[in-house]
Amino acid sequence: MKVALFIPCYIDQFYPNVGIATLQLLEKLGVEVAFPMKQTCCGQPMANSGCEQDSKGVYEHFVDTFAEFDYIVTPSGSCTYHIKKHYDIIEQTPAVQKVRKSVYELVDFIEIVLKIEEIPVDFPHKVGLHLSCHGQRGLRQANASEITGVRDGQISKLLRKLKGIELTELDRNDECCGFGGTFCVAEEAVSARMGQDRIADHLRNGTKVLTGGDVSCLMHLEGILKRQNAPIKVMHIAEILNGNQP
Amino acid sequence: MNHQDHPTLAANFNKDAERTTWHDETLWFVRQKRDRAIYPIPEFQDLRTLASEIKDHTLSNLDNYLIEFEQNAIKNGVKVHWAADAAEHNQIVLDIIRNSCKVEGRNTRMVKSKSMLTEECHLNAFLQKNNIDVVDTDLGERIIQFRDEPPSHIVMPAIHLKKEDVGETFHEHLGTTKGEKDPQILTEAARQHLREKFVAADVALTGVNFAIAETGSFVVCTNEGNADLGVNLAKVHIASMGIEKMIPKLHHLSVYTRLLARSATGQPITTYTSHFTKPAEGKEMHIVIVDNGRTQQLGRADFRNSLKCIRCGACMNTCPVYRRSGGHSYDFTVPGPIGAILSPNIDLHKYSSLPFASTLCGSCSDVCPVKIDIHVQLYKWRQIVGQQNELPATKKWGMKGLAKVLSMPKVYNIGGKLARGALRVLPHGLTHNQSMNPWAKARELPDAPKQSFKEWYEENR
Repeated sequence: MKVALFIPCYIDQFYPNVGIATLQLLEKLGVEVAFPMKQTCCGQPMANSGCEQDSKGVYEHFVDTFAEFDYIVTPSGSCTYHIKKHYDIIEQTPAVQKVRKSVYELVDFIEIVLKIEEIPVDFPHKVGLHLSCHGQRGLRQANASEITGVRDGQISKLLRKLKGIELTELDRNDECCGFGGTFCVAEEAVSARMGQDRIADHLRNGTKVLTGGDVSCLMHLEGILKRQNAPIKVMHIAEILNGNQP
Repeated sequence: MNHQDHPTLAANFNKDAERTTWHDETLWFVRQKRDRAIYPIPEFQDLRTLASEIKDHTLSNLDNYLIEFEQNAIKNGVKVHWAADAAEHNQIVLDIIRNSCKVEGRNTRMVKSKSMLTEECHLNAFLQKNNIDVVDTDLGERIIQFRDEPPSHIVMPAIHLKKEDVGETFHEHLGTTKGEKDPQILTEAARQHLREKFVAADVALTGVNFAIAETGSFVVCTNEGNADLGVNLAKVHIASMGIEKMIPKLHHLSVYTRLLARSATGQPITTYTSHFTKPAEGKEMHIVIVDNGRTQQLGRADFRNSLKCIRCGACMNTCPVYRRSGGHSYDFTVPGPIGAILSPNIDLHKYSSLPFASTLCGSCSDVCPVKIDIHVQLYKWRQIVGQQNELPATKKWGMKGLAKVLSMPKVYNIGGKLARGALRVLPHGLTHNQSMNPWAKARELPDAPKQSFKEWYEENR
């Protein structure tokens, strides 16, 4: 099993600790992980902005970088979704098809491929889980409240088994945080308001550590928390599962 | 007023933070009511699939079903008219009124129940210019008609207004006591006022929720019974319908009536589900079938299934952007996510900001009772906006530059290092300058680390 680690561009540049935690976690779980140095980005920022055609070179570079691997694991539901869903505009060579099939979000990889249901970590904190929309509704990693009242999903399943953890019951379990790529600046007012409302929900219900599967949502929410000096610590799910403490 | 883009209008809306909270919570309440209505129904997801498939079939055979509908309606004694666009629709309605509702010494009086199509065609303004008195009889529509505002929601047209606002409007137009805000008193004032209008009407216009090819009849759903009061009292009934309202058979109807009110307001069914088949003795019934851009949308493979929409408004209630920007921020007859995929078909340039008024969270697609892939279509419209050169120049060139950088690893590595270095040494006041960096208005930037992950990896593995 040849496994490659894909660290999305903004994680590489701004959240190296999330990349490190992902790598260490996979190593602890007994996975031999390669990290191709020429990787950059999945191309989503341009595509979501209406410049999909400009992204083709980035898509091809991504496929070229990762085609030799059986699995591509990344700590981002959003990038995973983009590669699976939107790499349909380049020629569907065997390499492209393979890459689209092989890419896994980290938690999905742990649960579906490695078939690991429990990670032995103590995390005695009250944790609020922010479901990223691309992970939840894009990859169907969690139930959507539009469809069922049962709140369950891949990430919460793993989290619930950590020792000492308490999960926050939110008023709105799966409302978008308002990051949305370039939406966060193009629609600054609504984006900020959406984030502030998410934070208020977490504060109201006692979250001490805010986590999720997508750093992009967390970056936006952390930016608001810091501006408000609010007492919530932000950690990516990889950091928690790797045994890091807040 | 000049057209303003969504970010501008949404930012204006958000200036009143308290009102934004109220608007968000009001619509979220409706979304939750909808949830409570659908969770106990085990077959709800199957119903959505079935409704979607019936519409797929109908749209694929729309020409045949429209003809079948017309033939059956004519057999029933209904007069059928075809309008290619809004102007034709309005002229047809005016001609019907002039031919069938001749009155002396006063204006002809029309009562109208809620019809998004006539909003789309701007019928009221046209008729009023031609000396027809038009009264909207849906309570929400009447409120905004008094205020000379467009609807902000397709099911709850005055949802942007608080009871205090309605009290103010009724004080001005109906003479209720100044400061009166009791909903029951205000509604009673509207009832008395509207009764007079119903009794005095010469012609009643309704929309159409569903048109049934097999029977040539059509169905109008209301909660207030205002459509029924109007058409049963007036001599002439005109029903305006878009071509996409068609369903093949009567037994398909229940699939949609089970979905419509639950999705819209969380009711099991609308209070009134009225079937109209033929005119009563001595009366006239007309149907105006309107295209107005719909066949063009039908011809767009990626967007045709937006025509499945049954106008329940659930995508608005669920949309976190709509709830925090208000219906008027879309500046289009149909606001919210569905409006954002319908409007570019009408005028791509004018509505080029609407496909971007979304985080692509996908809640709209999951809530839609006919399973329109709304967020997928938003993404696809974005690409067309980009290709047709309708993106702001900074975004267009910024994205081209970014794409270049991200396809060249060395340039990306060096660029990232320089950017992080700059962020670390530049003063906070500059990196968080709000006129240059919209991110920083409400948010801090992430700390720029010394090492990227790649740099760490090279050192440590």
